[in-house]
Amino acid sequence: MVAPATLRVVRCGGSTLHGARAVFSADSYLLCAAGDFVKMYSVATEETLRVMGGHADLVTGVQLNPHNHMQLYSSSLDGSIKLWDFMDGIPIKTFTVGSKLLALYALASSEDSVFVVIPKSGERDTFQLVSVKLTKAAGQDLEAKELSVVLDGVDASPRHIAFGREGEYVASVKEVNLQVFFFKRKQLNRFSVSAIKTKSGNNHFTCIACHPTEDCIATGHADGKIRLWRNFYHKKDYTFSTLHWHHDTVMDLAFSMEGTSLLSGGVESVLVLWHNESDCQKDFLPRLGSAIEYISMSSDGALCCTLHTDNRITIINSNLRFSKSIQGLIKSTDVKTGLVVDPRTKALVLNGEPGHLQFYCLQSDQQLFSLDIVQRQYIHQAGLNQADLVKVAFSAQGKWLATVEEREEVTDPELQLKLWFYDEETQSFKLNTRINMPHEDHITDMCFREMDELEDDSLILVTAGRDCVFKVWVMVEDTDPEAQQSVSWSCDFVGSYHNYQATNCCFSEDGSLLAVSFEETVTVWDSVTWDLKCTFCHPPGKIRNICFGRLTCSKYLIGATDYGFLCCWNLLSCALEWSAHLNVLVLQPDPLSEHIAAVSWLSKESSLFVFKPNEPWPIYIQRNLCKEKIQLAAFVPRDEPETIGSEKYHWLRRSQLFFLTDTQELMTLSAKSLEERLTPSSKQLAVEESLPVTPFSLLLGKHRRQQSQEDIDLGKLVHNKHKQDSPAVKELLHTPAHVLPSASFLCPIFINSLLISKENKSTEEVADEVEMESEKTEDDSDEERGVTEMEQEDTSPVELLGEMTCKLSKSQEKELRKIRKMDYSWISAF
Amino acid sequence: MATYKPVVVQAFPKLGERITKDTAYWRGYKTPVQIKEFGAINTIDFSPVPPYNYAVTASSRIHIYGRYSQEPIKTFSRFKDAAYCATYRDDGNLLVAGSEEGSIYLFDVSGRAPLRQFDGHTKPVHVVGFLSDKYRVFSGGDDYSSNLWDIASATEIVSYSEHTDYVRCGCASKVNADVFITGSYDHTVKLFDARTKSSVMTIEHGQPVESVLLFPSGGLLVSAGGRYVKVWDVLKGGQLLVSLKNHHKTVTCLCLNSSGQRLLSGSLDRHVKIYSTTSYKVVHSFNYATSILSLALSPEDETIVVGMTNGVLSVKHKKPEERKEKSQKKRQPAYRTYVKGRTYMPKQEDFCVSKPVKRVLRKYDKLLKSFQSSKALDAVLEPPIRLYTPEVTVAVMQELHRRGTLRSALAGRDEKQINLLLTFVARRVIEPRFTPVLVTVADMITDIYQPVVGQSAIVDRQFLRLQEAIGKEIDYQEELLEVLGMMDTLFATFTERRATYLEENKSNGLTETIETNINN
Repeated sequence: MVAPATLRVVRCGGSTLHGARAVFSADSYLLCAAGDFVKMYSVATEETLRVMGGHADLVTGVQLNPHNHMQLYSSSLDGSIKLWDFMDGIPIKTFTVGSKLLALYALASSEDSVFVVIPKSGERDTFQLVSVKLTKAAGQDLEAKELSVVLDGVDASPRHIAFGREGEYVASVKEVNLQVFFFKRKQLNRFSVSAIKTKSGNNHFTCIACHPTEDCIATGHADGKIRLWRNFYHKKDYTFSTLHWHHDTVMDLAFSMEGTSLLSGGVESVLVLWHNESDCQKDFLPRLGSAIEYISMSSDGALCCTLHTDNRITIINSNLRFSKSIQGLIKSTDVKTGLVVDPRTKALVLNGEPGHLQFYCLQSDQQLFSLDIVQRQYIHQAGLNQADLVKVAFSAQGKWLATVEEREEVTDPELQLKLWFYDEETQSFKLNTRINMPHEDHITDMCFREMDELEDDSLILVTAGRDCVFKVWVMVEDTDPEAQQSVSWSCDFVGSYHNYQATNCCFSEDGSLLAVSFEETVTVWDSVTWDLKCTFCHPPGKIRNICFGRLTCSKYLIGATDYGFLCCWNLLSCALEWSAHLNVLVLQPDPLSEHIAAVSWLSKESSLFVFKPNEPWPIYIQRNLCKEKIQLAAFVPRDEPETIGSEKYHWLRRSQLFFLTDTQELMTLSAKSLEERLTPSSKQLAVEESLPVTPFSLLLGKHRRQQSQEDIDLGKLVHNKHKQDSPAVKELLHTPAHVLPSASFLCPIFINSLLISKENKSTEEVADEVEMESEKTEDDSDEERGVTEMEQEDTSPVELLGEMTCKLSKSQEKELRKIRKMDYSWISAF
Repeated sequence: MATYKPVVVQAFPKLGERITKDTAYWRGYKTPVQIKEFGAINTIDFSPVPPYNYAVTASSRIHIYGRYSQEPIKTFSRFKDAAYCATYRDDGNLLVAGSEEGSIYLFDVSGRAPLRQFDGHTKPVHVVGFLSDKYRVFSGGDDYSSNLWDIASATEIVSYSEHTDYVRCGCASKVNADVFITGSYDHTVKLFDARTKSSVMTIEHGQPVESVLLFPSGGLLVSAGGRYVKVWDVLKGGQLLVSLKNHHKTVTCLCLNSSGQRLLSGSLDRHVKIYSTTSYKVVHSFNYATSILSLALSPEDETIVVGMTNGVLSVKHKKPEERKEKSQKKRQPAYRTYVKGRTYMPKQEDFCVSKPVKRVLRKYDKLLKSFQSSKALDAVLEPPIRLYTPEVTVAVMQELHRRGTLRSALAGRDEKQINLLLTFVARRVIEPRFTPVLVTVADMITDIYQPVVGQSAIVDRQFLRLQEAIGKEIDYQEELLEVLGMMDTLFATFTERRATYLEENKSNGLTETIETNINN
């Protein structure tokens, strides 16, 4: 492979999904704005089918083309509207409008124009609704400069404007004002509610929805009320009725397709279904996980979906039954746990839903599972102090998991340390020990002693707390045979240093030394006798991060201070080896090599430095890694070392570096060049291919394969005949028609001969296809999505393999198949 | 989609002694019956046949007690001086005892005068016993000799003079009629075979041996002497298996329970320890008023009899097995209705609809689920929950506090309910596991009901009680802190040397790093 030019920062998950309402396509796909992309999900399988990239900024609106349901309009803050063929993922046209587009509406009644919300030129924070004429000219990139203002003084959010029955009127809300504009009569009616401030909030408008068949507008308010407006043709004689259930802001409203019921959702994360617009008949779908941002209905009314603040999409049946949930990287309010890699699944582990730990699969951009740590009912209410997960640590083999949860309290924090054991039978973590108040103050850091071989006996957990001590926890075997569990954890040693707060702790690679930082000082302890061995410091400045070097560099201890120094101490000579002036935010050692990554933050840009502790100069520097502040980083081991041509990027060979920015977007560094990671529409993902490997599909595949094998066996027999026959057939084809017997007599023979050969061929094809598929899925697994282009796989190995398989003899092929069969045989047990 | 999560009621580990099967078993004895004897009780021996009478040897008498009698049913008192070691034969018909004057007497249990008298020891005989063939008696005396006697002829068969000090304990093997063991104050245990002229095996115990015991299998030997109980493997030529040091005074007696699974040892330190014979760990212990000299366990562990130096015999009987009274059986639906439809095998074309699993929620959970805070609090203040599972009450209070609705749940209550709440808080606030929550609750109650103080005598009294409880607790904590301070000073004097060493080390490390910094 060709040596790539540079490392590129690639975004690989966690884009905000709640930029705009999601859209159901006619054939049950879900289209959704995700950061700068438009993502297409399959409603049936919850899988991301396609990621359409091309916008340079956040996508703010997604609408189906009302005149062609296979096409999609998307608008973005970069000022362009794109028309997509979403089945193939091809951008058809790009219309450049020129100013920021904040919301997009497409109407069936308006032939060749769409409506967008743009900022009013010259004025800050005022927006107007304009209709944009989309020219039908040829060419991909077009200018769309024909703008006509429809409404002035609208709000920027896409929730604040709705188009009424058959596009006869448009309604917009802002603060306490509602304005309705009738297109035909060119009449603008304004209504307002008197501003009231109550304890629960004001009665500002927050969202609006129009009845699909009647003249009725529903508006949601910040105090949780829903108002239904009727008779708004008249400026005076309008009426409204009020529905009130929500105790907090109504975030979004949606009418059902027939207009018989109204859906509303808010911060409570309860979806409320109001029947017949009456206050007494309502149904609830509670505990949806997090606050509802948008509600959208499918065009046939069978499904509805809610977008949540934590980037989750919930698909709900028409009878208000929870159906599916599409979840990528769940966005939590604050990632306190850091990025941790689960050694068992290689999944990224971090805060998920409140009180949960999410296991996020990097390859498939999906959440593997969510582990309930706090095990308490979460109340969706603003201003409540609820327990949340703050620290997570895995033991080396992933057998034990330690979690710390805390609840901030005015007087004293409520802390719990929990130790979970991985149960092989249930394939999940089981609570083993719960320790109340392990420290008197917040726990600042926690780590396991990583001992690969002797995991069971020597497993030690160290927690460092702000109460100026660090504690060592060990497993205690329970001698009582009647006890429910054979082991539990208890405190073994409490260490402190001059009454300083313990801030970080870290074990050396062989587990013999423990480094604990106490404000400005790093102390090194013997992990057998718990004697203080030596201390290091680099005044002034408190220690922010510490870590030990690995492999050949295991005699070094690296520390970063908040005064902007990176120091490397030699543990053998107890002396400072080198130090560098660097404001390090994140210090992350690679578990498989000597390399250590440091991310610095200097004047609004993050830079990455990769170095080896034994060399004071860095191996790799990348300035201006991204615009956002990088909060966390983690090295994820690759399944097999990647071949990287350039010496410079050798540090990426064994593991991959992932970053999480403060907007909770997950990024990685990739050495693959643009061409390799190919882009556009060429990735023809047939729906069938993207179906996950279900037991059924495997069964089917097996069946098919078996059949094909039989066919091949049969084919061999027939083949000879066929070869003998073929000249006869040829002859038959070449003999003049008038000497041949009747066609009805010849036909079956002729077709049969053809059928056999065809069948033979087709089965081979199927076999090849299966092989290709499996290769493809493997390839899929280690690739990520590019910032500016869509992912794509490397076709060359596939092709190579394809050729190889062609060259293989029949017997070899058979053997291969047998092997494959063996591989999958375990699944047939299902 | 998540379902409602019930309130987590925190379970706290029970501190102190853990109740194991053993403790439950050994606690199942009634309070001891005390019987006063004339002198120190040196031996207790149970008859191996029902009704399991036991012979108690104290000063110059041998008393035979029945199972439940507090008066001796028979007495042998024809000793001129002290009697020692009255022991039953396997069939329970004969009794042999040594005496201070050196004679050994053989009694019929039903008779009064001795059947035989074996003379030959020149000094007191402290240990006698039957061999398992029933026709021979072994003895050990203060003249350092161990003798073997024939019952029928009352003659000495063989005499071994191998010990170099008093022979004070011994026992016969149950599997071999020729083998017996004696332990002596010369720190050795010797194993004799009647067929040989000298001892077969000598085991060094290390302390004067007070008691020896052979396991029923004959393979393991237990010796007690000094503070040690040692277990030896006889078949391996007297190899030490385990040495137990669980008493802090001389161990005087040993005994096995009827199943052979537990070993009991009594000591002058007033304790009886029970060991498991598989792990040799102490599984239970009893303590008594004075030093223990002798100990016996009846067959089936029905009775534990302990004899003490002050002549008190303590008899513990096992409590009768509690038979669980079958409570009024609930009328259950007939079997017919119970199996109705369960045996139906679905046919191929049938479409199975599984019944949704019904989750049963407690009453307070149901109320919390529907955000009815006050009612949820009412539900957990019901007598059974409040009295027997206060942790549930506290857990719900904590949950309400977490939801920010505790104040409103506590407010607006009448005199009776406030009384109830305050009683609960005053009683439980000092329990460490409830303190953090209940302090908040007490705080809120005083806040809310401050304006109405003085209007109701009952509520006022409860407030005073709460104050009193908290005041007492504070005093108690202060005292504890004082004790802790004293202990700290004590510990500080112990660890002084180590600390200075650490201090040196620290300073070294610091100076070094500072130096290197300067260099850099």
